[in-house]
Amino acid sequence: MITALLLFWPALAALLVLLVKGQGAKRVAFIAALVEFAFALFAATSFVVDRTAPQFALSVPWVESAGISFSIGMDGISLLMVLLTTFLVPLIVLSSFKHDYKKPNAFYALILFMQTGLIGVFVAQDAFLFYFFWEVALIPVYFISAIWGGARRVAVTFKFFVYTIFGSFFMLAAFIYLYFQTAGTGVAAHSSDVNAFYQLALDSSTQSWIFWFLFLAFAIKMPVFPFHTWQPDTYTEAPTQATMLLSGIMLKMGIYGVLRWLLPVVPNGASQWLDVVLVLSIIGIIYGSIIAIRQRDLKRLIAYSSIAHVGLISAGIFSLTEQGLQGGVIQMLSHGINVVGLFFIIDIIFSRTKTREILNLGGITQSTPALSICFMILMLGSVALPLTNGFVGEFLLLSGVFQYNYVFGAVAGVTIILGAVYMLRMFQGVMFGTKSPETEVFADLTFNEKAVLIPLVIMVFWIGLFPNTFLDISEPAVFNLLNIIQRR
Amino acid sequence: MQEIVMPANRPEMALLCLLIPLLPFIGFALNGLGNRKLPKGLVGLIGCGTVLASFLISVYLFLDFTSSGSRPYTVDFYNWISVGSLQIGFSFLIDQLTLLMLLMVTGIGFLIHLYSAGYMSHDEGFGKFFSFLNLFMFSMLLLVMGSNYVMMFVGWEGVGLCSYLLIGFWNKNTNYNNAAKKAFIMNRIGDLGFLLGIFLIFITFGSVSYPQVFAEATRVAGVDTPVLIAITMLLFVGAMGKSAQIPLFTWLPDAMAGPTPVSALIHAATMVTAGIYMVVRSNVLFILAPTTLDVIAIIGLVTALVAATIGLAQNDIKKVLAYSTVSQLGFMFLALGVMAFSSSLFHVLTHAFFKALLFLGAGSVIHAMSNEQDIRNMGGLKKALPITFLTFLIGTLAISGIPPFAGFFSKDELLAHVYQHSTIMWAFGLLASFMTAFYMFRLLFLTFFGKFRGTEEQRHHLHESPAVMTIPLIVLAVLSTFGGFLGIPSVFGSNHIIGSYLSPLYNYAKGINATPFEPMHLSHETEYLLMGISVAVAIVAIIIAYVMYVKKETVPVSEDTPLSPVHNLVYNKYYIDEIYNNIIVRPLMWLSTAFYRFVDVVLVDGIVNGVGKFVTFSGRTLRYAQSGAIGFYVMVMVFSIVLILFLNFFIG
Repeated sequence: MITALLLFWPALAALLVLLVKGQGAKRVAFIAALVEFAFALFAATSFVVDRTAPQFALSVPWVESAGISFSIGMDGISLLMVLLTTFLVPLIVLSSFKHDYKKPNAFYALILFMQTGLIGVFVAQDAFLFYFFWEVALIPVYFISAIWGGARRVAVTFKFFVYTIFGSFFMLAAFIYLYFQTAGTGVAAHSSDVNAFYQLALDSSTQSWIFWFLFLAFAIKMPVFPFHTWQPDTYTEAPTQATMLLSGIMLKMGIYGVLRWLLPVVPNGASQWLDVVLVLSIIGIIYGSIIAIRQRDLKRLIAYSSIAHVGLISAGIFSLTEQGLQGGVIQMLSHGINVVGLFFIIDIIFSRTKTREILNLGGITQSTPALSICFMILMLGSVALPLTNGFVGEFLLLSGVFQYNYVFGAVAGVTIILGAVYMLRMFQGVMFGTKSPETEVFADLTFNEKAVLIPLVIMVFWIGLFPNTFLDISEPAVFNLLNIIQRR
Repeated sequence: MQEIVMPANRPEMALLCLLIPLLPFIGFALNGLGNRKLPKGLVGLIGCGTVLASFLISVYLFLDFTSSGSRPYTVDFYNWISVGSLQIGFSFLIDQLTLLMLLMVTGIGFLIHLYSAGYMSHDEGFGKFFSFLNLFMFSMLLLVMGSNYVMMFVGWEGVGLCSYLLIGFWNKNTNYNNAAKKAFIMNRIGDLGFLLGIFLIFITFGSVSYPQVFAEATRVAGVDTPVLIAITMLLFVGAMGKSAQIPLFTWLPDAMAGPTPVSALIHAATMVTAGIYMVVRSNVLFILAPTTLDVIAIIGLVTALVAATIGLAQNDIKKVLAYSTVSQLGFMFLALGVMAFSSSLFHVLTHAFFKALLFLGAGSVIHAMSNEQDIRNMGGLKKALPITFLTFLIGTLAISGIPPFAGFFSKDELLAHVYQHSTIMWAFGLLASFMTAFYMFRLLFLTFFGKFRGTEEQRHHLHESPAVMTIPLIVLAVLSTFGGFLGIPSVFGSNHIIGSYLSPLYNYAKGINATPFEPMHLSHETEYLLMGISVAVAIVAIIIAYVMYVKKETVPVSEDTPLSPVHNLVYNKYYIDEIYNNIIVRPLMWLSTAFYRFVDVVLVDGIVNGVGKFVTFSGRTLRYAQSGAIGFYVMVMVFSIVLILFLNFFIG
């Protein structure tokens, strides 16, 4: 039942928020998101770690005659994604407190409504249910970006939208095809249950094209090179909260999709295309990093760095090694934490100086010890310094890629050099040097801002120092996944 | 590496081991969080006190270790990262090598912390400085105490971060920030090699923990196999970055932008010797890859020579010392390359004494000269700074290899091993050591002898440093004088303390190839001759320097005087920075712009847009977009729902 509660509570709360007039909506939304986080923590404490089957499962017939059911549950990977989502959403809501968005009730209701979609994606155990939530998660963030975004928001969000819909159609087509190949139980001739998909025996040429149909949808969402061109514009134009939702949580839908609905469903199709996917992912790592080096707009810089980071996650996962997959899972958490923190810091800087151009900034550290420390720690997490969260993920991912192919591993490893290049350049340009007219007066973090950043900073070190807290949760599910892939 | 014995029923040892890095970490946290709030006296007390405590615990551990049979042990704290067969423990290894490094790092570290309390007392970032310095100690201690390669890597990157933070300590200055960034990035190039080496070690030996890896390595059939060469070369790439060897050395001279105590601690005595520590720690692996050892010897020798030639022409007191450090590190790698592991480590130790001394002495000079670093504007300082002068003289004698100072014993032993390996290498080594003696005495003479060449204001301000700064100088001077007696060559009929202390470290390696670990088989006559030659060479160099800079009172020409082509080449450090800038940095910047402006925006996005237009039959979707994409979305949703309902009817 806890899964259903996690799933529907945000949607219910969204309706509640809609009724609140004025800026009180943000407080209601914040409390609702905290309650949701408490539910997730409760689920985590009663979660039995060494089981591979989904826990807190619930299955209700949806379209019974068609074998489609409302089937939800959580294994270790789902639980971690739910924890990430429920941890980040309250912080994202809190991070918006200094803004007075117009129509606040709609704004916050959409964020909560989106959370239902996100949770749904991570807990769905039925293909069509998964597809349904996949689309549900998209609508709110689309509206948030299109209504509350920057000057070019309409054109940019439209592009984002078309891209995603384009991918989704392929996914839906693949799901429908797969569905018709399954054998149903009871009255239904077919089943869209995840296990029915896992039991499919498809010949290798079918698997090959199904692979691309599904991969396209997931690759656009992450995004993997060369399907990424919606991302920098969207991240830059969307309001910061939407950027955080997109980069912190929504892109993990794509990676999660690969883990749950791609690799175990068409393992043979995947193995035919591993080299291609790894090469694309590694191109993304290098390409995104190199572009990030000379970006002047902070948001765009982090957007490109995100392409590099996600490329590494993708490469590690497709190495199909224990280290690569576990690294992918833990790096999803770390990336979510770091990227949300960095976008928030950019938002803080922007709200104080009205600029995101590195050239107009500088010397901020002179008056802001607290901001400097938080920014530094998040940056170090992002460049994978040992004992921060980024190191654990990158170490495992690179180790996985290296096991797959030495040359791939070495080339992907260049990320640790280039990452330092663009991150240090950014940090130096913004924080060090002499003050500019824009940064002449710059107040340190407020209480609310600290309340957002300190939990993130704690998580940077928690994952960095005690990654086994999280690795242990996902290990049975990941190893089970590898078994399914290897068995078929 | 010997058999590892777990500590039997002694949990208090685990606590003590943990405290060694933890105390500086607590100092870091206190001074970091209390920055600008704590009084300076307390900051200094926390900063120095924690390191002193670590030193005392290290001494205790050392005494306990030697008195209880010198058996190495590991201390396991918890499982840090475990994924499948990859198990990385947060654990320490205590053996001869660790203890030696511990004593050196905490001992010299404490002296430099003490000195900093005086040197930095006028700086507004006093608390920040001590906090970073303590963080450095923490990282460096993890580096030498870790019991597996990943733990070493943790410390390795940690010291790199602290180096970055401390080089750019005065972060209003963009040049300093650039130097800091350069150091971090060049180190990261090396770190990538190290990281890949760790992956390959894991794949090859199934573990990253020293005891398992080394035990497994002795069972591996064959010497110089491709995988062994690859592992050791990758590790060595890491060492090149950290220890500033060609081609990754240009960051170290730039690193002098940091406060002088930082140069002494991080960029001379401890961090830059991490590469040597790594090779000695992995001696089993390197013994198995003679090809790599040859490469190391050559790189070390070339670095020693190139850096020494650059040192001849520098006029910044810290730059001279920086190039001298690069050159001395080259010597140490040369020794590693000829498998003289203990001799290399011996030189690490004596070098830590005299180079820390020289840097702190230089700091004292800079302090007295109101932040002047150009030796052309100094001169005649020995009267105003008698203690600094005397201790600096001892350091200079030690580095030049004049008996009985510390550098004589270690360098002589090192060169004897090189001689045994190759006479030509020895001859080049001798040349580098000739240049060392020359440029060091050039520095000494230009700074302390002759007439004062600074401004009247500087002359007025000249003063000897306070006791908190001179006491560390005196202690280091004593160590630089007598430190060499730890390794008196057998030809003098005495026991080589360092050599016999470290010898159990090579138990595994001896099983593979015992020759390098036997006593040198040079005749006594040859040994005396080699010693005589190196001392004679040093003395000749000193005499030349004396004639040039004291007798003739030559002062290096000012910036705008044209130089001879060779002089110009050396003065400008062979234009290596410019070359790197042109072949790496600029193309990368160009690529970044090209990728962004052309490939991403025009090419990839252009294709996507083209495909998009084709797929959506151009125009039509765009019309929906203009009328509001919401309508389009509703259409899509309806389409999807109809599809599902259709399926329902179709099947039902």
